[in-house]
Amino acid sequence: MMANLTHGLYRYAPLVLLALAWEAAVRTGVISELVLPRFSDALVSWWDLTTTGGMFEQAAHSLKRAVIGLGLAVALGTTAGILMAWNATIRVFVNPLIQMFYPMPKSALIPVMILWFGLGDASKIVTIFIGCLLPIVVSSFNGARGVEDVILWSARSLGATRRQLLWQIIVPAAMPEILTGIRTALAISFVLLVSSEFIIARDGIGFMISGFGDEGNYDRMFACIMTVVAMGFCADRIFQLFMRRVLIWRE
Amino acid sequence: MARITSGAAEARITLPGTRPPLSASALFWKAAPAISIAGLFLFWQLLSLSGVFSNYLLPQVPTVFHRVAIDVITGEFWINAAHTLYRALAGFAIAATLAVTIGIAMARVRVVNWFFDPVLSIGFPMPKVAWLPVFMLWFGAYDTSKILLIAFSAFFAIAVNTVAGTQGVDRYLVWSARSLGASDRKVLRTVILPAALPQILTGFQIAMPLAMIVTIVTEMLMGGVGLGGAMIRAQRFADSIGVFAGIVEIGFTGFVVIFGMRWVRRQLLTWHEEAKR
Repeated sequence: MMANLTHGLYRYAPLVLLALAWEAAVRTGVISELVLPRFSDALVSWWDLTTTGGMFEQAAHSLKRAVIGLGLAVALGTTAGILMAWNATIRVFVNPLIQMFYPMPKSALIPVMILWFGLGDASKIVTIFIGCLLPIVVSSFNGARGVEDVILWSARSLGATRRQLLWQIIVPAAMPEILTGIRTALAISFVLLVSSEFIIARDGIGFMISGFGDEGNYDRMFACIMTVVAMGFCADRIFQLFMRRVLIWRE
Repeated sequence: MARITSGAAEARITLPGTRPPLSASALFWKAAPAISIAGLFLFWQLLSLSGVFSNYLLPQVPTVFHRVAIDVITGEFWINAAHTLYRALAGFAIAATLAVTIGIAMARVRVVNWFFDPVLSIGFPMPKVAWLPVFMLWFGAYDTSKILLIAFSAFFAIAVNTVAGTQGVDRYLVWSARSLGASDRKVLRTVILPAALPQILTGFQIAMPLAMIVTIVTEMLMGGVGLGGAMIRAQRFADSIGVFAGIVEIGFTGFVVIFGMRWVRRQLLTWHEEAKR
């Protein structure tokens, strides 16, 4: 326990140093307080916003958008990817569309989504859904295609049905790549969430950041940015733990 | 790693000049990509004609491509695309230089690794675009802040992959090069960098789409000349044809960038196993 603690302290000490350097640079006047609030002030604002400012609710609201968009993308994307690997006709027809849309910067869709779905939740959820969909489709397709033919042949010769082949061989074999794709999509979902809330929104953590920035309320703005950073970090960590759980059978 | 392919089709020998006539089914497979893309535009056009959505919400295909053609002919598209590409590539170049340098230093120098490891583990998953108001505050609303934010967004993915690639270099390669008398600098240039290159390029390929997303967002939020700026102006003037033309133009530009990256990868890795596949 103690050893763990000192190890963690040693590992994350650079972040503490950075925070101290930030505080010192502002206090000594190297950086003007007009462009960078004190770190301690940002922390105090963070506490105020969490306890009385409703930041928690706003962050939860944003998180809900990301989770729904990403969840839909996972459900549809993995199915589509595996189907493409499974069936050649689907593959030839869907693949060109993916090739065409994959490289498109999905933030370009934000104005149209606002046009179609208005200023509320729906436009953000659909943007996140579309942005996350293709990386997941591509990684599931690659994972499912990468299954060695020999394994499939031997399973079939042992009398596996098509359904068994799918659930007992292809899905587990594709799992590592599917999960890597979802991790990429997770990062993209946060980028699109914050971007779409910056561009047009009435609530959410991105809206708070741009709102406080416009007011010149910089210590609060930094407090919200710290929350977003923590959200991204925690989401990624939790997903990594989940990945390790699921892939425990690989050494 | 030998992969068994069911290679009847690949193994067939075709003499030059004597192409076998295409059967109906082969023709179908060949035409499928074109059919599917044409189908998409047909679907869009029919949906727009059907009146389910007004022409404002979903303009017709010819109107949108007419606008794109006008933008291309008047030069509007080229000016916007050049600005967007300049920002994206400049930011990306800054990120790549810094990230590869720091990544290699991390794999070789203990202190550097100690300092940057937690920074990367926080920075990699964070949505960098959240810092946009900060960059605006510090660097203004013009190119400097856009390019720096793009660089900031691309940096972490490249650095993380460079570290992984450099640490994964086979130690025996390094040892044998050293025992043959190669200097540190030579080992770095001729052994470590080439061996880590595939993974570094993977980092580039992860970072580039993110950089493009952020480029468009910065242009939408800070305005100015560029594809994203043109699109957000069209939206403000309720010019939905302009918005859809913007999507087509941005999509095309993104396509060129991403396929350019793939081409660069193939050129740089002609010697590598993956090129033979």
